[in-house]
Amino acid sequence: MCENENKEKLLEAKKAWREKLKKALEKHPERKKFKLESELELESVYDLLDLENFDYMEKLNWPGEYPYTRGIQPTMYRGRLWTMRQYAGFGSAEETNERFRYLLDQGQTGLSVAFDLPTQIGYDSDHPLARGEVGKVGVAIDSLADMEILMNQIPLDQVSTSMTINSPAAVLLAMYMAVAEKQGIPMDKINGTIQNDILKEYVARGTYIFPPRESMRIIVDIFAYAGENIPTWNTISISGYHIREAGSTAVQEVAFTLSNAIAYVEAAIKAGMDVDEFAPRLSFFFNAHSNFFEEIAKFRAARRIWAWLMKERFGAKNPRSLMLRFHTQTAGSTLTAQQPDVNIMRVAFQALSAVLGGTQSLHTNSRDEALALPSEHSVLLALRTQQVIGYEIGATDTVDPLGGSYFIENLTDHIEQEVLRYIDKIDEIGGAVEAIENGYIQKEIQASAYRYQKEVESAERVVVGVNKFTTSGEQPIDLLKMDPATSQRQVERLKEVRLSRNQGKVAESLQELRRAAQGSDNLMPYILTAVKAYATLGEICGVLRDVFGEYQQQITL
Amino acid sequence: MADKPLRVLVGKIGLDGHDRGAKVVAQALRDAGMEVIYTGLRQTPEQIVETALQEDVQVIGLSILSGAHMQLIPPVVEMLREHDSSDIIVVVGGIIPREDIIYLKEQGVAEVFTPGSSTVDIISFIKRKFD
Repeated sequence: MCENENKEKLLEAKKAWREKLKKALEKHPERKKFKLESELELESVYDLLDLENFDYMEKLNWPGEYPYTRGIQPTMYRGRLWTMRQYAGFGSAEETNERFRYLLDQGQTGLSVAFDLPTQIGYDSDHPLARGEVGKVGVAIDSLADMEILMNQIPLDQVSTSMTINSPAAVLLAMYMAVAEKQGIPMDKINGTIQNDILKEYVARGTYIFPPRESMRIIVDIFAYAGENIPTWNTISISGYHIREAGSTAVQEVAFTLSNAIAYVEAAIKAGMDVDEFAPRLSFFFNAHSNFFEEIAKFRAARRIWAWLMKERFGAKNPRSLMLRFHTQTAGSTLTAQQPDVNIMRVAFQALSAVLGGTQSLHTNSRDEALALPSEHSVLLALRTQQVIGYEIGATDTVDPLGGSYFIENLTDHIEQEVLRYIDKIDEIGGAVEAIENGYIQKEIQASAYRYQKEVESAERVVVGVNKFTTSGEQPIDLLKMDPATSQRQVERLKEVRLSRNQGKVAESLQELRRAAQGSDNLMPYILTAVKAYATLGEICGVLRDVFGEYQQQITL
Repeated sequence: MADKPLRVLVGKIGLDGHDRGAKVVAQALRDAGMEVIYTGLRQTPEQIVETALQEDVQVIGLSILSGAHMQLIPPVVEMLREHDSSDIIVVVGGIIPREDIIYLKEQGVAEVFTPGSSTVDIISFIKRKFD
């Protein structure tokens, strides 16, 4: 990087500067120790010497070129902005459909469906365990009839739809396909993503149904089926988001996510697939947290590590297999119930870090999410935040504008090294599935969460409005009110569906599904047949529960 | 207060999988010298009460972020009453709107801690109850 003579000069100058700094520090000591979440203590300034032997081609290269540190496309946001995709869903399919169409009218460019917990755990709305949960954290979908209403008047060949669904992902995907078919849309024209990432459910999000190995089979079945039938669908969104929300550090977020990704790739290869058959459709989902530069470096490091892993470890040849494409959501756990309007600023900075980190799509959280489900007005503000970043402030005018920054490149290298250290450790344990089964990952996350909480409580970590700059007597803001009759109406519709369908067809399709689950056939065609016969989500998952059993949680504390 | 450490059940009620808060609180209570029984996820009101009685706890801490608190919390208090165990105090943590807090307290919940609450406050609240 620098000629010898030049380096000598630099070193000398730096030494002289350090002397000055020392004197300055005697007079004006620093406010505190400056460290990252991942515990790296930061230098007061970074310089050319920190990038000694920095190989531009190896570490950065140009956008759209291996190892994609600077972005996966050559044009990035100069060509097209990221997809603005607000996660939404509550109450009934009708209410959510209305919110979707409102968001599309406001300039949102993709849909993201939030399902309620019974749907996510494979229970129908009238199941005893669904008590109080129907339509709460998302929309209730019991059968194809609900999905038809959810997507009513939304042209599925023109929007891309992301569905946050994991254990029953195959069922919801089948419902979506069935609706598209009814709209007359060819299967190669539907675009979207299913989250379908079961491993992080065991450690961080909790909506598991089946044990890990059976879940992995379903996931690999989806990879194989989608590869042939819905070629542009993202078959999985391997998610660090929830791992981070559960309390991990930035490094752990990337490390555990990529370890999970490795497990999926290995499972698919083991099932006989060629890596380049399915890897181009793998996508990722990360958190944009509060430490601005650490987050930017995190996204860049994640891209570089993934490209390297796919190329060197799995021998992928297709460039698309090497590109880490990701969705980002701002950090819900950083939102405060106190002075909720301050959350607007938190979200804006977090969102900017995701854009500077090269995200493909983005959800910005709403200011009132520590209080309730977001109101329409709050969601609009959150969407407008993205539009300001995209259109007003020039952040998108050049690709990877922070590339080459002494600090950012150092951080990117640091995060990369730490992540690789964790991946090695998990490999030693025997892979992500083992590391989850023995509670290693859960314990690591918990320890970080506890440390974070301690730092907040000791005010070592400042949270504005919580442990500093607090106010009393806050003005309440208008919150979303849920219609208490939703649950009842949903249960009634479910009953109607059960009464009006062809029972023989339903029973037969469920019987066929059971046989397939007991054997080794790809489950997707059987699920699709059952869905089209209006078998309910609970019935389909019930058959699979029977055959596969249920996961018993590892309690680590 | 007796010399015996306080026994606390920390539970995730309903289908909600967000257990960061529950685990942080459980660990903090344990570090404060209490005996903590952590139930893990997906507990029904019935399971919570059954475990609480079996484990002979003095405090039940319920974590819920799914919005199902209005349907799931009152039955816990109610069942404790039916079992003549109203001396077990119930505290709740989670995303609970203001007016719901008022209602839950009317139903017999001792306190509700919303996001941003400190474990120090939670611990001192519980200790005060048993002074």
